[in-house]
Amino acid sequence: MKLSQLKSGDEAQIRSLGNHPVANKLLEMGCLPGERLKVRRIAPFGDPMAIQILGYELALRRDEAEAIEVELLPKSPFL
Amino acid sequence: MKKRLKIALVGNPNSGKSSLFNALTGLHQKVGNFPGVTVDKKTGILPLGNHTTAELIDLPGTYSLYPRSEDERVTFNVLMDAENPAHPDLVVIVADATNLRRHLLFITQIIDLGLPALLVLNKIDMAEKRGIEQNTADLARLLGVPVVATNARSSAGIDQLKTTMAEMGARVSIPFYQPNDEVKPVLEAISEISGEKPGYRSFIYLCNHDHLDKLLPAQHAKIDQFIGEYQINIQQLQARETVERYQQIAGLLTQIERKAKQPEDHRSEKIDKILLHPVWGYGIFLGILFVMFQAIFAWASWPMDWIESLFNSLGTLVSGLLPDNLLADLLVNGVIPGLGGVVVFVPQIVLLFFFLALLEETGYMARVSFLMDQLMRKFGLNGKSIVPLIGGYACAVPSIMATRTINSWKERILTIMVLPLMSCSARLPVYTLLIGLSVPDDRVLGLFNLQGLILMAFYLLGFFAAIGVALIMKWFIRERSSSFFLLEMPAYQLPRWGNIGLTLIDRAKTFVFGAGKVILAVSMLLWALSSYGPGDRFEQLQATYETQLAGGADPLELENQLERDKLAASYAGSLGKFIEPAIAPLGFDWKIGISIITSFAAREVFVGTMATIYSLGAADFEETTLRQKMMSDVNPRTGQPVYTLATTFSLLVFYAFAMQCMSTLAITYRETRSWKWPALQFVYMTGLAYLGSLLIYTLLK
Repeated sequence: MKLSQLKSGDEAQIRSLGNHPVANKLLEMGCLPGERLKVRRIAPFGDPMAIQILGYELALRRDEAEAIEVELLPKSPFL
Repeated sequence: MKKRLKIALVGNPNSGKSSLFNALTGLHQKVGNFPGVTVDKKTGILPLGNHTTAELIDLPGTYSLYPRSEDERVTFNVLMDAENPAHPDLVVIVADATNLRRHLLFITQIIDLGLPALLVLNKIDMAEKRGIEQNTADLARLLGVPVVATNARSSAGIDQLKTTMAEMGARVSIPFYQPNDEVKPVLEAISEISGEKPGYRSFIYLCNHDHLDKLLPAQHAKIDQFIGEYQINIQQLQARETVERYQQIAGLLTQIERKAKQPEDHRSEKIDKILLHPVWGYGIFLGILFVMFQAIFAWASWPMDWIESLFNSLGTLVSGLLPDNLLADLLVNGVIPGLGGVVVFVPQIVLLFFFLALLEETGYMARVSFLMDQLMRKFGLNGKSIVPLIGGYACAVPSIMATRTINSWKERILTIMVLPLMSCSARLPVYTLLIGLSVPDDRVLGLFNLQGLILMAFYLLGFFAAIGVALIMKWFIRERSSSFFLLEMPAYQLPRWGNIGLTLIDRAKTFVFGAGKVILAVSMLLWALSSYGPGDRFEQLQATYETQLAGGADPLELENQLERDKLAASYAGSLGKFIEPAIAPLGFDWKIGISIITSFAAREVFVGTMATIYSLGAADFEETTLRQKMMSDVNPRTGQPVYTLATTFSLLVFYAFAMQCMSTLAITYRETRSWKWPALQFVYMTGLAYLGSLLIYTLLK
C-alpha cells in the first residue's frame, strides 16, 4: 500500500521507497524504511498531505507520497 | 595584532539559526550577495575576547550536503571549496535540540568534511519542556566536537558559545561515517585528481560533483569516467549513506539522549485544527489577507504623503537657495523627485514585510503553502505565491522581494513575471480619473455604484490576467531542478520582534540601495527628456512668453500655457508625436503618447502629465477641472471628442496591462540578477496591453 492511499489519522510503517527523483530527499527528511509515521491531515483539496515522522511534521505532495510503500498499522494511542 | 576569524553558521531551516545569528551580531550585520547568484549573504561582526574579531556568515539553511536549490548549493560550495572567499575557519552547526535525530544527519556530514566545527544545541528550553534531555559532554566526546547548549530566544548560553568559539583552535573532528569498502578504489582514483584524502570528501566528489563549482571541466569528465569505469550508481550510494548514517545516529542517541514519557505537546495540533480547517482555514486566511491589504493600501498612504510633501518642500527649499541655473534645475526637478520616488516605497515595503515576517515567524506561512499549494500548482505557481500575488494589489515592488520564500526557482520566476499584472495602488488614480471620465455615476439595481463596479472589474481583470499568463508561461520556462514540495511544518511559536525588526531594516536597505540606483537614473533621464527639446524651440517659447507677459496677460495662466507648450516641444513631446502612428489604432493621440512615456517613472504620473498638457498649474489643480478639460478636448481632424468611450476604455486596459514601472523592472533585475527577466516582463506586458487595447478600441469604436 502506498502512503498516498492513507487517510487522515492512519498510522503506518515504511517498507521501502520507490524509484522517484526525490526518493533520496525523502530519505534525508527521515522517511526511512522501518520508520513509523502518522498521517496528520490531508489538505482540503486532497493534496498535499502532512505526516508526523521522526518527531516532526512534514508536508508532501501526493506525487511524492506515491513513492513511499507503507504497511498500515493498527491504531495505537501513541505516536 | 587582531586576528580576523571567519565563522560560518550552518544548519537545517527552522533550527533557529537566524535567531542565533541575530543574538550574536545584533545590529552589526549587513546583507550582500554571494557572487553570481541571487542568494543573500548575511554577515556580521562579532568581537571574541580582546584579541580576536570574527566575521560571522549566515549560510543558507540546508538539510544535507546534497543541494536541491540555489540556496543549498551556495552552502555546499562554500563548505567544500577552501578557495571560496566565504570559506570559514570554523563551522558553527546549529541544531534543534527537540529533534536531534534528523539534524544529526547534516551535523555528521559536516563533521566528516574535516572542517573545524562546533555544535550548538539550540531551543534547549523547548527540549526540556518536552522532557528531552541530552548529555552534551558525552555528545561532544562521541562526535569529537565541542557542544554548547543555547536558547537563542532568551540569549541563554550565548556567552558560553562566544567563549568556546574564541578558545577553539584549528582542531579537526573525528570522522563519523566511513564510506563502504567497495568504493575504496574509486575514492582513491578521485583522490589522485582532486588532491583530497580518499575519505568522505572524495565520496562527496563522487556523488555530488555536478554541484561542485570549483572543479574544472576536465575534472568533471574524469569523475564521470570513473563512475562509468567502476560501475557506480551514485543515487544508490547516496541513499545508502543516508540510511547508514541514520542507523549510526540512532545508536549514538541511545547513549546520550533520554526522553521522558510525557504527553506530547498538542498545542500546534489544536491550532492546526482551526487554521487548516477546510472552511475556517480559508476564511481566516482571507481575513488575514484583507487586513494586510487594508494596511498596505490605507495605512501606508499616510507616511507616503509625508514623504512626498517632505521632498516637495525640500525641492522648494533648494530652488529658493540656489540660483536659477541648470544644476539647480537638475537638482530640483530631477534628483530630488527621483530620490523621493525611491523613498516613497519604503512604508509599503516595511508594512508588507512586517506582515510577511510575522506569518513566517509564527509558522503560519508553511500552513498557507499547505492550504494553497494544490490550487496554485494548476497555474504553475506555488502555495507560497498567493501572498506576494495579493500583495501585488498594493505594490509589485515589495511583493517581488517577498517571492524569496518560494523554494522552487521556476515557480518563483513565474510568480515574479505575472505579479505586476495585479492592479497596484499606483494605477488607482489613473483608473479613477478615466472611469470618472467615461462611466456615468449611476446605480445598478439601486444598490451598486456603476463606477465602483467597473473599478472592481479592472482589479479582477488584473488577477485573471496574472493566473492566465502563468498558465501559458509555465510551458516556456525551463525547470532548473526537479519540482518537489517537501515542507517542514514548524511548531507554532510566538514571534520574536527583534528578528522581525532586523528583517524590516534589511529589506528596506536592500530596496533603497539595490533598486534605488536604477530608479534614480531613469527619473533623471525622464526629467531630461521632458525639460529639453530639439533646436531652439524652448528659447522661442520663452521669448513669446516674455512678450505676452509684457503685453499684460494673466501671468498665472500664461505660466501654465508655457509649461504645456514646453512639454509639447520637449524630447518627450517629440517622442509622443513620434509614437502617435503606432498608438493611433488604439485610439490614442500624441498627448496620451506623452503621458504613456512619462508614466514610465510611475503610473500615477499620468494624472500629473495630463494636468500639464491641459495647462493646469499645480496650484489650482482639481481632478474635476482636469476631467472637464479632457472631456471638452476635440480631435482637430475629425471634430469628435478625443475621450470617447472606446478611447477611455482602451486606455484603461492599456494601464491595466502595460509594464510602466521602472521600479518593478529594477527590483525584478535585483531579484533575478539578470536583465533577461525584466526585459521579458516589459515586452510581454506591453504586448498584452497593446493587443488588449486594440481589441477593446476596435470593439467599442
